Amino acid sequence: MHSTTESFQKNFALFEHSLNGESELPLHQLRRRSLERFSTLGFPTTRDEDWRFTNIAPLAATQFRPILVSEPHSITPAQVAAAGYAGQSGQRLVFVNGHFAPGLSQLGEVGNGATVSNLAAAIKADAAAVEQFIESLPATKPDTFAALNTAFIRDGVFISVPSGIIIEQPIHLLFIGVATSEATVAHLRNLISVGENAQATIIEEYVSIGGGGNHATFTNPVTQIAAAPNATVNHYRIQHEQELGFHIGTFHATLDRASTVNSITFTLGSAIVRNNTSAVLAGPGAHCTMDGVYLANETQLVDNHTTLDHAAPNCTSHELYKGVLNDRGRGVFSGRIIVRQDAQKTDSKQSNRNLLLSDTAIIDSKPQLEIFADDVKCTHGATIGQLSDESLFYLRARGIGLAEARAILTYAFAEEVVEHIAIPELRDYLETLLNTRLEH
Amino acid sequence: MSQQPILEIRDLRASVEGKEILKGINLTVNPGEVHAIMGPNGSGKSTLAQVLAGHKAYEVTGGEALLHGNDLLEMDPEERAREGVFLAFQYPVELPGVNSTYFLKAAVNAVRKHRGEEELDAADFLALVRQKMKVLDVGEALLKRSVNEGFSGGEKKRNEIFQMAVLEPTLAILDETDSGLDIDALRVVADGVNKLRGSENGMVLVTHYQRLLEYIVPDVVHVLYNGRIIKSGGKELALELEEHGYDWVKEHAEEVGVGQ
Ligand SMILES: Nc1ncnc2c1ncn2[C@@H]1O[C@H](COP(=O)(O)OP(=O)(O)OP(=O)(O)O)[C@@H](O)[C@H]1O
Ligand SMILES: [Mg+2]
Repeated sequence: MHSTTESFQKNFALFEHSLNGESELPLHQLRRRSLERFSTLGFPTTRDEDWRFTNIAPLAATQFRPILVSEPHSITPAQVAAAGYAGQSGQRLVFVNGHFAPGLSQLGEVGNGATVSNLAAAIKADAAAVEQFIESLPATKPDTFAALNTAFIRDGVFISVPSGIIIEQPIHLLFIGVATSEATVAHLRNLISVGENAQATIIEEYVSIGGGGNHATFTNPVTQIAAAPNATVNHYRIQHEQELGFHIGTFHATLDRASTVNSITFTLGSAIVRNNTSAVLAGPGAHCTMDGVYLANETQLVDNHTTLDHAAPNCTSHELYKGVLNDRGRGVFSGRIIVRQDAQKTDSKQSNRNLLLSDTAIIDSKPQLEIFADDVKCTHGATIGQLSDESLFYLRARGIGLAEARAILTYAFAEEVVEHIAIPELRDYLETLLNTRLEH
Repeated sequence: MSQQPILEIRDLRASVEGKEILKGINLTVNPGEVHAIMGPNGSGKSTLAQVLAGHKAYEVTGGEALLHGNDLLEMDPEERAREGVFLAFQYPVELPGVNSTYFLKAAVNAVRKHRGEEELDAADFLALVRQKMKVLDVGEALLKRSVNEGFSGGEKKRNEIFQMAVLEPTLAILDETDSGLDIDALRVVADGVNKLRGSENGMVLVTHYQRLLEYIVPDVVHVLYNGRIIKSGGKELALELEEHGYDWVKEHAEEVGVGQ
C-alpha cells in the first residue's frame, strides 16, 4: 500500500509550504517525525489483528485533497444551528473542513484564567506550549492514523482549565465537513487539559453539510484529555456525517488520582467509521465510564476499539456499548481491559449489547481482558439479539404501525446509554437524532 | 343505529405449533353487550383473545371473525386496534426504555389518524390522560416510567385498563384482568370498565372468578372447554360454576361429544 501513503506525503510538501515561517519551530519537527512514522507504518490491512474486520481499502485507495488554508464557504449560522446541537448558550467553536470558522462560533468569556481557543491560534500565540503539551501526554500507541494526524497538526481546539475552576456550560465543538467536487481530508487535533479539582464538559460533534459535491470526506481527528487529580471531565462525541464519509477518530484520556472522565460516543454512521477510544487510569481512585451507541445501516461499517488501561490501584471503570445493525450494516466491537500488576482493587465492568435488525447485518464483538493483578473484580459480557416479537405485538395491538413499533423498540434499546447524558437538552437532542435515523 | 353485531365469530379454529387449540368457536357480541368467558386452565381462552388481536404465533385454520361485518382476521394487529379492538393482556410485557407517555401518545394518535381526526398535541394529550388517570386512580409517576417496567402484577393490570380508558375501544377483550388485583383495585378497575360500557361497544371478559362479575354484570356467560364453547347462559351460570366446579360442565361436554 506504499503508493497510497505517497499521496499524503505529497500533500505534506504542500502543507509545509503553506506554513510559512512556522516550519522552523520544534512543533514542525514533531510533524516531520510523525510523517515518517506514518510512512513506515503504512495503512493497516485486514491482516493486522486490530483491523481484522475493518477493511479500509476504499479509504486507502482514495486521493484526498488537503484543505491547506481556510477556504471561503457559504455556510450560514442557520445552517449551523440546523446541522448540529444548538441547545445551549455556552462556548461554541465551529470548524469548516478542518479550519476554525470564527464567524460561526460563539467565543464568550470563560474567565478565571481558562483558555478555550482554536489550536491554530494557540500555536500562533505559543507554539512551544502546544508542543510541550503534546509531548507531555502519554503517546497513543503507534497507530497510522494518529501519526498521520500529528503530521498534519494545524487546527482543532486547545482547552486548558486551571486548578479549581468549574466551567458550568458545556463547550461545544462542531466540526462541519462540506462535500465538495473533490475528496477532502481534515486532520483535527483537540488538546484538553483539566486541572486539579477543575471541571469541564466537552461536546465534540461531527456533521456534514451538503456543498453540492458528492465526494468522500475523510475526518481524522485526535482528541487528548488530561484529567489532573480530582478533576471531572464529561466528554460527549457525536458523529453523524454524510454517507460517503470516512471517519477515523482517536480519543485518549489520562486520568490522574481520583479524577473522573465520563465519555459517551454516539456514532450514527458513515461509509466507514473507526473509533479508537482509550483511557489510562494512571492515578489511584480514578473513575472512568466509557459508553457508546453505534448504528450501521445499508453497507455502513462502524468499528469501536476501546482500551481501558488500569495502571493504578482502586480505580473503577464502567463500559457499556450498544449497537444497532440494520440492512447489510456491520459493527465491530473490541473492548480491551488491561489491569496492571499495581492496579489492585480494580473494579471494572464491560458490556457490549447488539441488536440485529436484519438477517444480513453482522457484528463482531471481542472482549480482551489482560489481568496482571490478583485482587480485582472484572466482569464482561456481550450479547446479540433481535427485537422481541412479543414487544412488537404489544405495541401493534395498541394501534402503532410496524415501522414505528420497530423504531420505538430500537430507540428503547439505545435509551440505556442516552439516559447517562447529564445535560437534559443534549439528551433531548440525541433522542431526536436517534429517532430520526431509526425511522428510516 | 345499525343492529349489526360488533363481533361475529363462526366456527373459528386455530392452532399453535401444529396443535389445534380452538376447535370451532361461535360467539356473537352485539352493541352494548358484555360477555364473560370462563373455563379451566389451558382450555383456549387466551388463545381466542390473542387470535382476535392478531398474534401471528396462532394460525387460524378455519372459520371466520367479523368486526362490524368486516373480515377481522385479514387485518394486521395495528389495523384491528385502530378499528377499535383492544386486548388487555393476561401477561402484559415490560418495555424497558419505552416511555409511557410517548407510547400512549403514539397509540392515541395512530387511532385518531386512522379515524381522520386531528392528532393530539402534547397539551391536549396530557389533559385527556389526566382525566383518565383520575378515574382509574393512577398516579402521574406512571407516565414517567418505562411501560410496565418493574410494575407489580396488579399495577400492570391497572395500566392495561388505563390504556383502555384512554383509547376508548369499541370491542374490549379483557384477559383475566382481575387476577392478581386486590379488592380495592378490583373495584377501581371494574368502575373503569363500567364507565366505558355503553350502547355502542361490546366487551369480552375472560375470568376465573365470579367476584369480578359481581362488579361488572355480564349479559352472557360462556364456558370454554377444550377449544369449544360448551355452555352459555345468563349471569347465574357463573354462580353455578363457582358452586359445582367445571366437572359437571365437562360431563355435559362429554355427553354432547366435545371431550376428545
Ligand atoms: N404460544 C404457544 N405455544 C405453545 N403452546 C401454546 C401457546 N399458546 C397457548 N398454548 C397452549 O394452548 C393451550 C391453551 O392455552 P391458553 O393460554 O389459551 O389457555 P387459557 O384458557 O387462557 O388458560 P389459563 O386459564 O391458564 O390462562 C394450552 O395447552 C397452552 O399450553
Ligand atoms: Mg389465559
